[in-house]
Amino acid sequence: MAVTGAPRARKRGKRSSGFGLGVAMFLPAVVYVLLLVAVPFGMAFFYAFSDARIGSGGEHFVGFDNFASVLENPTFRKALGNSFIFTISSQVLVLIGSTALALALKDKFRGRGFVRFLILLPWVAPISLGAIGWKWILDSIYSVVNWVLIAVHLVKPFDKPMWLGQPSLAMISVIVVHTWRLLPFSTVILLAGLTAIPRDIPEAAAVDGAGFWRTLFEITLPMLRPILNVAMLFGIVFTFTDMIVVYVLTAGGPYDSTQVLPSLAFFTGIQGSDLAAGAAISLFLVPLLVIVALLMLRVAHRAEVT
Amino acid sequence: MARRRGQDRALSRRIGRGLVIAFFMVFLGFPFYWMLITIFKQNADLYETENNPFIFNASPTLENLRLLFYETGFVRWLGNTALVGILVVGITLVLALPAAYSLARLTGKWGGRLGILIFLTYLVPPTLLFIPLSRIVALLGLQDSIWSLVIVYPSFTIPFSIWLLMGFFKSIPRELEDAAMVDGLTRFGAFIKLVVPMSTSGILTVVIFTFTLVTQEFVYALTFISPESHQMLSVGVPTYLILGDVYFWGSLMGGCLIASVPIALVYNLFLDRFIAGFTVGAVK
Amino acid sequence: MAIVETRAVTKVFKAGTLGAVNDVDLRTEEGEFLVFLGPSGSGKTTLLRMIAGLEVPTSGEILIGGEVVNDLTPRERRIAMVFQSYALYPHLSVYKNIAFPLKAQAVPKDQHRKKVEWAAGLLGIGHLLERKPRELSGGERQRVAVARAIVREPSVFLLDEPLSNLDAKLRASARAELEQFHRRVGTTTIYVTHDQVEAMAMGDRVVVLHKGVVRQIGTPKQVYDDPADTFVATFLGSPPMNLLENGGLIVGFRPEHVVPVALAPSAALKLELKIHNVEYLGSEWIVYGKPEGDRAPDKMVISRLPTADLEIGTRHTFAVAEHHLRFFDKATEKRAPARALSWP
Repeated sequence: MAVTGAPRARKRGKRSSGFGLGVAMFLPAVVYVLLLVAVPFGMAFFYAFSDARIGSGGEHFVGFDNFASVLENPTFRKALGNSFIFTISSQVLVLIGSTALALALKDKFRGRGFVRFLILLPWVAPISLGAIGWKWILDSIYSVVNWVLIAVHLVKPFDKPMWLGQPSLAMISVIVVHTWRLLPFSTVILLAGLTAIPRDIPEAAAVDGAGFWRTLFEITLPMLRPILNVAMLFGIVFTFTDMIVVYVLTAGGPYDSTQVLPSLAFFTGIQGSDLAAGAAISLFLVPLLVIVALLMLRVAHRAEVT
Repeated sequence: MARRRGQDRALSRRIGRGLVIAFFMVFLGFPFYWMLITIFKQNADLYETENNPFIFNASPTLENLRLLFYETGFVRWLGNTALVGILVVGITLVLALPAAYSLARLTGKWGGRLGILIFLTYLVPPTLLFIPLSRIVALLGLQDSIWSLVIVYPSFTIPFSIWLLMGFFKSIPRELEDAAMVDGLTRFGAFIKLVVPMSTSGILTVVIFTFTLVTQEFVYALTFISPESHQMLSVGVPTYLILGDVYFWGSLMGGCLIASVPIALVYNLFLDRFIAGFTVGAVK
Repeated sequence: MAIVETRAVTKVFKAGTLGAVNDVDLRTEEGEFLVFLGPSGSGKTTLLRMIAGLEVPTSGEILIGGEVVNDLTPRERRIAMVFQSYALYPHLSVYKNIAFPLKAQAVPKDQHRKKVEWAAGLLGIGHLLERKPRELSGGERQRVAVARAIVREPSVFLLDEPLSNLDAKLRASARAELEQFHRRVGTTTIYVTHDQVEAMAMGDRVVVLHKGVVRQIGTPKQVYDDPADTFVATFLGSPPMNLLENGGLIVGFRPEHVVPVALAPSAALKLELKIHNVEYLGSEWIVYGKPEGDRAPDKMVISRLPTADLEIGTRHTFAVAEHHLRFFDKATEKRAPARALSWP
């Protein structure tokens, strides 16, 4: 008994002596983050139930009025739908594309480092600047895409597509640009997952008689699932809450056809000075974020257990 | 026969891989190539739809870059971004280093759980907080000042830095600090004199990522700051290089490329640590 | 069942450097248990991987069942392999792990359960079929790996150090099981190991490899009793063979043949030893002695004795029967014919 008791007692002693210091080292950061995340988060709820506007003091509690008027607003409904289309489509494209790219980059070859650098650019460059590059590429008059399409006689010069000016094309453009932006992130994460699979496993599959596709779908992808989940959860958050691509490329237009929740919250709350309505709109992001956070906790928990 | 078949298979595998890589290199890299070409083109060349856009139909020019550097706020924005970046890095390190150490070492099992909670705050997006924060910034009298950004940016750089540094501190063997404490240092002394100097590469990683997060941020900068001269790069270039309907495409592309490539180069060096921070232990 | 043959097989990983495997010629017998034995870096695993089709030979030919298979994929070679790490699929249950090769080779689905149960029964893991690999012990994982390999009834069975991840006690019993198992199924088997005990105990024949070159192929008795060169002589046996230089020759003899002079026949090499150290190992004694005089200065002679009551520092005369002496050429280190010794 004495033998087992001694180390336990020592451990407890150590903890209590370090505990105060631990809290002191930890607290400033927590307070800082709480003040700038939790407080505004609470304020967002408060505003959503008030009549706050930029420039006016003294808010009043108005109950669910903001939510009611927001829900009746056709622009909001459009934006809500668009947010899901935008998120789901670009995530599907990102997952398929990044899986293919990560598989292609898995083995070493000459120039791999350079390829990796080039492929990473869209993620690393400030997205507002990347989006401006696309705005130029998709310009209504000088689009290089159209020039090529005309040159190969796929479209007629007098009937050029307006990539950012026609509702469905604008949505496609916004989705493609966001895919462009997130693909590198997802690729490098999957690449890390792929290199973590021991070389023996695909070799054993080859000896067992599995070809490329069977190894991919029955061995590699199932083994990648935890990390695919991580990439996908982050991708969903980054897409669903993003307003930069939409803001720079189309500003939500034409006719709100690319309006998403975050951009609508910005246009309503900041440019339209209606803080209350803006806050109410942005709160519609919360349910999805909560779901993602819970799923993320599950991934982290599983990683701890196994 | 058998030999031919084997070679065919290896060849087709390689061609498949080459095609995939080529496709994505074009898709992902093309906008940057296009920026580069556009920078050096004369306006007369750019705005003539008959011209082949892939070649220089008129001689290359540095006029767009001259305009960017001498007649716009670009240099100012660079300076603002650098200043905000440095200050945010400072605040982040001062707060995140002790917190990460404390979570990694001192508070035991709860360290891990609190760490994950900290990480989850990274999922709270600016687009949810910018409306109340704009009010707070106004209350503090900081609207249109880069100080508003200096104060707000650490709210997302600190959580990610704590998360990265926690992993780093856990890899430093406890025995080293125990030895230092046996040799007469206090726990905090061991942290300052032993752990921090040993963590230079972890600290460098945090510096790089904090800096890139600052240069990439858009929503807060757009919301808090309106005057052109106080802008950050990420907002200034796409907002103020456009006068009404007139886009200075050559200069715009110059601003984009110059701001992007150096960050990308540095970022690439620290990529692996960054991934480790993001994968929440799903990769071992 | 099939015969595996290699013809002048060479593998060079980096052009301009020494090959990992150099010019290897060998041929298994039908149903034989052939062991590749060598230290790490000897090329034994590379050679096995070339036979499996996981590495492409730089030159030379590999034949399975008389057919050149150089450009066939592993799946087309109809082989089975057990990896050092077992390479079980972590996300699949034991049942699905074992059934995977059947699925991959398009065996009709209604036969899967019967075959999986047959293989699992053979290895005594029938009760583990619903478990995941991470819920298994090391020994159980090894059996699953073997079951997965035999389920498709391969023509050749390749094993890459399958016991090296087990603890010493388990290793002995697993070894015995593998031997029995081979006797029962009788499939041609190539087994890679760095452990001489495994090689001696299990192999019908042993291929000793060093630096990518075959040093000797023979039965365990041949490679132990009649080593082809000094490498084989010292690699096999623990403690290794004593080697003493004599003119242009190297004389070798096993420690168990170094006995007190009284126990040796008259036709023997006599050695005057000063006892340097004595280790008691329970069943035997290991005696380290320095030869007196200028016969082999600074060289330690090791003796293995059932009993030894010897004081450190004392001098004793030992002897090695002449028919236990082996001779090697000093320049080539290859085996040389016996001849008279010219010791003073």
